Amino acid sequence: MSEQPVSLNSYIRLCAVVFVVVLCTTASMIATSYAHIGTSNDWTLKVAIILAIAVVNAFLVAGYLMHLLSEKKLVYTVLIFTVFFFIGLVGLTMWAMHDFPPGTASH
Amino acid sequence: MEIPYTINARPDTGLYNAKLGIWLFLASEVMLFGGLFSAYILLRVSQPPGGWPHGWLDVRLGTVNTLLLALSAITTLLAWAACKVREFGKFKFFHGCTILLALTFLGIKSYEYHDKWIHYEIQLTNGKIDDGHLIEKSADFDLAKKTGTVTLHGREVDNHVELMDLRSPAAQSAKLDEMTIAAADIKKMENYGPRHNTFTAIYFTLTGLHALHIFGGTLVIFYFWGPGSKLYKTDPERFTNRIEVSGLFWHFVDLVWIFLFPVLYLT
Repeated sequence: MSEQPVSLNSYIRLCAVVFVVVLCTTASMIATSYAHIGTSNDWTLKVAIILAIAVVNAFLVAGYLMHLLSEKKLVYTVLIFTVFFFIGLVGLTMWAMHDFPPGTASH
Repeated sequence: MEIPYTINARPDTGLYNAKLGIWLFLASEVMLFGGLFSAYILLRVSQPPGGWPHGWLDVRLGTVNTLLLALSAITTLLAWAACKVREFGKFKFFHGCTILLALTFLGIKSYEYHDKWIHYEIQLTNGKIDDGHLIEKSADFDLAKKTGTVTLHGREVDNHVELMDLRSPAAQSAKLDEMTIAAADIKKMENYGPRHNTFTAIYFTLTGLHALHIFGGTLVIFYFWGPGSKLYKTDPERFTNRIEVSGLFWHFVDLVWIFLFPVLYLT
């Protein structure tokens, strides 16, 4: 990224687009959170949709503002390890949640 | 002694050293927040139905803070781009905007914390619950001695469950009144601080840690905007790299908020 020539005006245009998309995704998350979804207004489905929109938002910030779309291989390597361990951290926690020794949990 | 690879990339990594350093640091930060997000999931899914609060936080303030951070991420990027094209005046302007936006974010967050601090749930001896914001305590108010009165602006409910979903039609249509309660009638009085329940505990932990990151990032950005900007005069490329590294940290803080906002305010 640093080696490429930089034009301030092109960055201003990029940032304007990113901000408009962030506005839209934020509005979508809020609208989803207040919407009546499914027959029983299921929060699980709402949470899934809202988090999916948040991922789009995060992709914009990471991809364009942090220049992750055009980074060096080593940065991707670091991030692949991070994602692996992050999934392990969250996954193992959730897995362990239902893994009580017999007779030690009431739920 | 000159520090190597502050400007040019190392041939083996393809990056200047500070940039590799910040990415490794951010990886450790992902694990830090990952642990807390895991705790959040654990606390939330282990609640019985109806046991997790909804609508306890002000979505309007959360939205404003989301947009403020998004704007600050943009001004940070533009500050770096201005450095890159050697427009120092524009760098000063954009980074100044970032500092102002960050301070506004912290101001709003402080207001939200204060709002929770003066919000009380009072269990009465008759089994009912008074819930609302503190207006005043009488001068002689002492819960232990059961003297004096406390005045809240809020409502009275029969059951704790009625306080959990503030987005429910019943909660939305509830009429808020001023209530003066005698200390003698109070069984338990507690504000919506971190120890109120698991939601407020994880809310204060997650947002508090995030706010500390905002505060730390603001200090660094302020240094580069003020006294640290002297380096631009002697070594502009090295200074630009510093701005890039601090910018990457700032974008990470924005990324964390992108998930905190929906998780805490919207769901």
